Amino acid sequence: MSAEQALIGAPDEQEAQAAPRHVSRSVTLTIGCVLVGVIVLVAVVSLFWVPFAPEDTSGRRLMPPGLPHLLGTDKLGRDLLTQLMIGARIALAAGAGSVVLGGVIGVAAGLAAGFATRWLDDVVSALLDILIAFPTLLLAMLVAATRAASLTSAIVAIGLAMSAIVARLTRVLVKRVLAHDFITAARTSGTSWPRVVLEHVLPNIWPTVSVNLALQFGLAVLAEASLSYLGLGAPPPNASWGRMLQEAQASVFIAPVGVIAPGVLIVVLVIGVNLVADGFRDVADPTRRRRR
Amino acid sequence: MIAYLLRRTAFLVVSLLLAAVVLFLLLRLLPGDPANSLLSVGATPDQIAAARHQIGTDRPLPEQFVSWVGRLATLDLGESFVSTLPVGPEIAARLVVTVPLTLLSFVLAVVVAVPVGFVAAHKANTWYGSVLSGVSQLGIAVPVFWVGMLLITVFSISLRVMPAGGFPPDDWADPAKALTSLTLPVVTIALVMSASLIRYVRSATLDVLGSDHLRTSRALGSSFARAMWRHGLRNAVVPVISILGIELASTFLGAVVVESVFALPGLGGMLVKGLAQHDYPVIQGILFVSTLVVLVIGFAADLVQRLIDPRLRHSLARDVR
Repeated sequence: MSAEQALIGAPDEQEAQAAPRHVSRSVTLTIGCVLVGVIVLVAVVSLFWVPFAPEDTSGRRLMPPGLPHLLGTDKLGRDLLTQLMIGARIALAAGAGSVVLGGVIGVAAGLAAGFATRWLDDVVSALLDILIAFPTLLLAMLVAATRAASLTSAIVAIGLAMSAIVARLTRVLVKRVLAHDFITAARTSGTSWPRVVLEHVLPNIWPTVSVNLALQFGLAVLAEASLSYLGLGAPPPNASWGRMLQEAQASVFIAPVGVIAPGVLIVVLVIGVNLVADGFRDVADPTRRRRR
Repeated sequence: MIAYLLRRTAFLVVSLLLAAVVLFLLLRLLPGDPANSLLSVGATPDQIAAARHQIGTDRPLPEQFVSWVGRLATLDLGESFVSTLPVGPEIAARLVVTVPLTLLSFVLAVVVAVPVGFVAAHKANTWYGSVLSGVSQLGIAVPVFWVGMLLITVFSISLRVMPAGGFPPDDWADPAKALTSLTLPVVTIALVMSASLIRYVRSATLDVLGSDHLRTSRALGSSFARAMWRHGLRNAVVPVISILGIELASTFLGAVVVESVFALPGLGGMLVKGLAQHDYPVIQGILFVSTLVVLVIGFAADLVQRLIDPRLRHSLARDVR
């Protein structure tokens, strides 16, 4: 297994990412959907209703859970539940935004690289290797720090870093598909290259790419939380879970909910997305279905 | 093997050059004038021009690039725009924290992940095999800085057995003290890292356990341990090594966040400060050194794989990487 395959995950490795064998696949998918669904629901509700205004600092500082502040307040007297709900929105936006950006750029670049031959291919793949050598977080820090810290900066940064990973995966998959006889057959029967891409290449690489994008979604959520923790994410009053954790760190003993709740929500969302990816892998990939 | 070594080395050098170009351009494309960090509010245009001249950003880009690469060739990373101190020695001083942090975390993660991953695969159909896989699934979903925060809460604030952060100012003069300050950060990184390693070890082991040659060896009368030792291990270890390379590299770079949680004076803190001050030589220097480390680790991982796996050595495939 080369480093490239290691990144994609060889078939057996994908096996290992999945839940234990005797747990049925549909159970994995269901649990994943429920976990993600809860977060999405909270985010949607937060668009229409939150218990308090996010910038409302009228509560006493660091109140324990109770009424009227169900989960208590933070060090500025803001309602924790409100912040958590808005945080769900930001986490989902960060994940979705980065995946869309990274997916579009990555797949396009990967397709181009996949069709490149010899020296051009060498150059492109060396470039991708180097881009990947900067991990997402460093690249993101670079972009986020030179622009003003904002959610958009974070998304752009994470998306760009992700696009290198997606591009490398796409390149390998495209090369693999292009080596098949049915491509030669399609070409000799007069199909144009654009149609070959649309009808043969994309459908064949899509299952693996989409599952990888789902896993990247989880990584993007983690990356956004880390950036916010370092103060490079969405600025106040946007309550990012990462920044909530950073702010609550000093008062962990007076108000432990502030340190526990955002972290738990991050874990729930990321696990949920990973489980959905695992479950979806089997639904999306006909070759895996047959093998079972 | 020698031809491969030469080609792989050439690739390493070319990659480094490319990295230098990418780094240089990326930094210049980003907005923000580094001269600002030298000036106070209300500087006159003359002062701004003088500051730009002082740090050399008024020269044309190609000239700046050539002078940077030229000095790189002599291992000179230039001087910080802000402190005017040379960047190289500063990085070296910071590595005294970051390198031990990375290596210790890596070793601990491997020591935990290899046996656990093996058991998770070997006992995949038992309840504890499932629990181990489940726990590793949990581990890859946890933000590393949160783990650090929780560990500080338990061990530094509640139990008061470990320092919450910082590093002795005299570095490793007192190794026990330095190790104590690194304990919690190391455990933090190792916990999160071993979670993902466990998954790879488990899959590599599952792969080997289901292989024909292992079954044949067992059928010929070898004990499980002997069959595993003679036929299983070498096969399982090859894919794991490329993952180890990637993990080691990402630990080195990912230490940034953990260093910030524990207020360690490592490379991460220097980078965060350099970014805030638009200090190009510092950012360039750190990222260049990081890229060098990452590429060299990849190089070493590839070589070790070839040494272990004869199939890679004799393969006719042209894949260099």
